[in-house]
Amino acid sequence: MPLFEAVRLALQTLRAQKLKSGFSLLGVFVGVTFLIASWSIVNGMNVYMTDQFAGRLIGVNTFHLRRRPNFTPNISDSTWRAWARRPRITFGDADAVTAAITAPVITAWESSDRVTIEGGGKKILDVEVTGATERYFDIKNLAIATGRAFTAQEVRSGVPVIVLGEEIALKLFPSRDPIGRQVRISAQPYRVIGVVAHQGKIFGFSLDRFAVAPARSGIQDLVNPPGIIDALIVKAGSVEAMREAMLEAEGVMRSRHHLRPRQDNNFVLETSEGVLEFWGGIKRILMFVGPGLVGVALVVGGIVIMNIMLMAVAERTREIGLRKSLGARRTDILRQFLAESVTIAVVGASIGILTGIGLSMLLDAVTPLPASVSVASIVLGVVIGGGVGIVAGVYPATRAARLDPITALRQE
Amino acid sequence: MSAQVAQMFRTGDTPQPDVIILAHKLTREYDMGSELVRALRGVSIQIRKNEYVAVMGPSGSGKSTLMNLIGCLDTPTSGEYWLNGQKVSDLVDDELARIRNKEIGFVFQTFNLLPRADALHNVELPLIYAGISAKGRRERAAEALRRVGLGDRMDHKPNELSGGQRQRVAIARALVNDPSILLADEPTGNLDSTTGLEIMALFRELHDAGQTVVMVTHEQDIAAQAARVVTLRDGLVATDQLKAA
Repeated sequence: MPLFEAVRLALQTLRAQKLKSGFSLLGVFVGVTFLIASWSIVNGMNVYMTDQFAGRLIGVNTFHLRRRPNFTPNISDSTWRAWARRPRITFGDADAVTAAITAPVITAWESSDRVTIEGGGKKILDVEVTGATERYFDIKNLAIATGRAFTAQEVRSGVPVIVLGEEIALKLFPSRDPIGRQVRISAQPYRVIGVVAHQGKIFGFSLDRFAVAPARSGIQDLVNPPGIIDALIVKAGSVEAMREAMLEAEGVMRSRHHLRPRQDNNFVLETSEGVLEFWGGIKRILMFVGPGLVGVALVVGGIVIMNIMLMAVAERTREIGLRKSLGARRTDILRQFLAESVTIAVVGASIGILTGIGLSMLLDAVTPLPASVSVASIVLGVVIGGGVGIVAGVYPATRAARLDPITALRQE
Repeated sequence: MSAQVAQMFRTGDTPQPDVIILAHKLTREYDMGSELVRALRGVSIQIRKNEYVAVMGPSGSGKSTLMNLIGCLDTPTSGEYWLNGQKVSDLVDDELARIRNKEIGFVFQTFNLLPRADALHNVELPLIYAGISAKGRRERAAEALRRVGLGDRMDHKPNELSGGQRQRVAIARALVNDPSILLADEPTGNLDSTTGLEIMALFRELHDAGQTVVMVTHEQDIAAQAARVVTLRDGLVATDQLKAA
């Protein structure tokens, strides 16, 4: 019997016993749905982490000179205390490093804290406010939607001007043009000169809830002690230029901190690699747990199919006897039942793939989790479905093929 | 007379060309654990082309066992069995399947139709295993159904057909591969007497058209239709009578 004939027969049987087939493909369906959905989430997170998160947080070809790493998962108390004892990055450090770097780079200072911002008769709590230098907007890819960014001149003189994130601007001045208006931070007035274009969300957190003021303005008193910054951000045009700049920055900082050759750095040059490394760790865990759960579902699915097939063989013993008496060879019977179990599993897997894709799209739309369906997961879903069908079908099909036609025909 | 011819066959010989079935000293023993059941103790039979033979005997006489051996569903413990010029007594499983497919048309007491398939698909079944194309199958199955008078019932499922019609579908299925023998096991056992007579008329018709028919039955009047009656008793041929036609 040709394979095509066996599959046609299998589909016929499936159609004839819809409810039973429905239950029997449930396990594979659940397994594959979960496979597609979880893979999509990991995949989506991956895109997000590499393109968006790491890029936004630190930037491409960019490093941060800091006292301690900003992105710090799972840090022990003792390490934390040691970091806290390190000397902070000063205006002097930033100027010296900037002057020493020969590679073509742009730099900016950054000092941030969460503050309350008032304006237009309203008050917003817990806003990320940053004291920065003029290139900050270029480095962070913050396009100005209306108005302008502050200038080097304004930074040097510490003019009290401010650039708002979209959300802050809309909340404080919902129906008016915010440019030229006044906001207050800790009772100090700032004139709004620009609004940054919409940035969207990351993991459900708004990226438009911030304000940036010149580093040497009154904002410095809120975000850091005098003469201190959180970070000097250095952005190069290429990886090579960034590496070169990092070496130069490291040299300058070591000498400024009077470190002897064997002493470790008491500052960090943080790149997006660190963030990606951390994400890589999470991904490895997800990639281990995900397949584990998928595996359990598929094993259960396989056992269910095997049982259904054993039942089918028992129920259809007479049919098997008849087919044998009409000239079916062992391989014909084997193929027929194997085709049936594979068809059940593949149909289950196919429904699972569609559901998984639907679920991923739903998750992407209604939750902050980014999800993006991967083609590899679809291929794997089909392969796994077929594989489960074969593994689950071999034993029942072999039993069917071995039936003695005389005994089988006598079966009531 | 035929029985005597069979006795003259010696191990190592080949049967004459017009002999379809040649059983030579067939024995079949079943090991039932504590005891050895000797279902056949040395049966020799020779059936020529276009004979119509009824095999009779009380239950336990070995007629089912002989039927299974003739139908190539089973192999003998000892002895030789030739079917249509081919020695099948020492063939293996898959070769026997091929012989069943090509040489034998089974008709069962309980029809044994696939309930979900319509008449046409039921008749097509042996052709699937013969590797015939879908188009070829359809044509030959339709032809076989017309031959048994069911040309207008091809798309009916078994539960939409009467008992006699079901047995006709089964006969069409048995004929569709153009077998050397039509092997019927109590073909009227599940039918009322009128329908049974119709089915017997069909068998006679097929025999008249040249078909070799072997029929196992325990009913005298059914056996009376056959030209030759072989009676088994205790695993041996008791009588083998050729009726004067």
